[in-house]
Amino acid sequence: MRRGRFTGYWLMLPAGLWLALFFVIPFYSLLATSLFDPKGSVLTGYDVDYRFANFVDALDQFWEPLFRSLWYAGVATAICLVLGYVLAYAIAFKAGRWRTLLLVLVIAPFFTSFLVRTLSWKLILADDGFVVDTLQFLQLLGDDGRLLATPVAVIAGLVYNFLPFMVLPLYASLEKIDARLVEAASDLYASPSRGFLKVTLPLSKPGVVAGTLLTFIPAAGDYINAALLGSPNQRMVGNVIQNLFTSTGDYATAGALSVILMAIIVAMVMVYIRTAGTEELV
Amino acid sequence: MTGLQRAGRWVGEHLVLAAGLLVLVYMFVPIAVVMLMSFNDNSESRNVYAFRDFTWSNWANPCRPDGMCEAVVRSIEIGLLATLVATLLGSLAAFALVRHDFIGRSVANTVIFLPMASPEIVMGSSLLALFVAGGFGGRLGFVTIFIAHVMFCLSFVIVTVKARLSGLDQNLEQAAMDLYASEWTTFWRVTFPLVFPGVAAAALLSFSLSFDDFIITNLNAGQTVTFPMFVWGVAQRGIPMQVNVVGTVMFLISLFLVVTNMLVTRKRVAAT
Repeated sequence: MRRGRFTGYWLMLPAGLWLALFFVIPFYSLLATSLFDPKGSVLTGYDVDYRFANFVDALDQFWEPLFRSLWYAGVATAICLVLGYVLAYAIAFKAGRWRTLLLVLVIAPFFTSFLVRTLSWKLILADDGFVVDTLQFLQLLGDDGRLLATPVAVIAGLVYNFLPFMVLPLYASLEKIDARLVEAASDLYASPSRGFLKVTLPLSKPGVVAGTLLTFIPAAGDYINAALLGSPNQRMVGNVIQNLFTSTGDYATAGALSVILMAIIVAMVMVYIRTAGTEELV
Repeated sequence: MTGLQRAGRWVGEHLVLAAGLLVLVYMFVPIAVVMLMSFNDNSESRNVYAFRDFTWSNWANPCRPDGMCEAVVRSIEIGLLATLVATLLGSLAAFALVRHDFIGRSVANTVIFLPMASPEIVMGSSLLALFVAGGFGGRLGFVTIFIAHVMFCLSFVIVTVKARLSGLDQNLEQAAMDLYASEWTTFWRVTFPLVFPGVAAAALLSFSLSFDDFIITNLNAGQTVTFPMFVWGVAQRGIPMQVNVVGTVMFLISLFLVVTNMLVTRKRVAAT
């Protein structure tokens, strides 16, 4: 630790202020917005009315997209966990000197615009595209069956877009595992699969917890995939919130819905971390 | 060892790697499609989702679609500005968090973690609520986007620089001071060069996060159009193929920068 008793405060101050002003305080504004009297408008202004009925209204009208968001995000996270674990495991234990290169490749998709990449899925899954044709040939999809505008397309898009968020924390915790522990298991006559289940998997738990959170949270709030790859039937809560804010101008309901989404996520995260037993993570 | 066990081991050795590589291929398919479509000539067709003819014309006339290049320039301006401010403030904060003790340090650590763990739609609507409450509802634009981008880049910068800084051997600085280097000289000649790869990585990350952000930006942009917002706008009508040119160029430039930063870092590590 350095000299200068106040240096730490001075160094922290600008970033701290920025985050306080534009990250912490906005939550208060959002809470206030969710209690607006919905009779106001953007032009005439809103009154904070402590109208808790906004929450009831929002849930009543939009429980379906809200539930759908959590459901899609949950499925996408589960698929990401399987795919991401395989990839992270391969990089950590099987890639040898290609490790760094493969890690760069994992983050490389981030370098092209999220929207442009999602649009290219629209092309890949198009009705007369290669994937649909193949599935139709294999009779896995009816002759007039399609992938676009179905939950499959939206979930596939979510999996694709958030997979790196799963791979990186998984890799970070797998890489830390002492190879001698796995060797010890095998010396004690554990089969490779048993060694994996009893040694590697439990030791990678922090990565699993971090990865699932980093995937689930943005996926639950995402609306780009639902908007570009789905139809109004796949509308997620993000679509609703952004529409209410930017098109309808119904700030009260939009605010209430945002608060509900945040509350659900915080509650789920807390329960999840409790059950997974990795409080030190946060 | 029985044949079955041997087969099991072989599968373990190679199947995992093969499956991992397949996942990686899956991650690259859309990028390959973007690159391919940047050479697509679809001027004759209304179907923008099929490859028709090969052409160089999208690359030769990248600015043909109305407003696209303006949007790209605006995104670059916002990205550079937000990166500069976020990298500066974030690096200072990282030094505070790693090297100094102060009241509220653990609270600061938690608050920094939160923006990375909040859904963008919630952060975006919160900021919008703040701006509207503050009377800036009609003046959303460049400045509000900039404020939002610095906000969400800060956490990533702090985490990246912190990681680099805490892995740094403080004995090197101690040695410099023992050899009568002033605190200032020590910082610029020893600490800063060692932390620099972390700062550079943080800046790269900030810029790509800022350039690519849509959800938060869309809520706080007013009439200002960034590149992702341009893409969003045309996605409903039919995408000009030049969008894929921008996507490809972005990809190649950032890949080049990341690889360079990595090679330089590796050389430095080898040199010390």
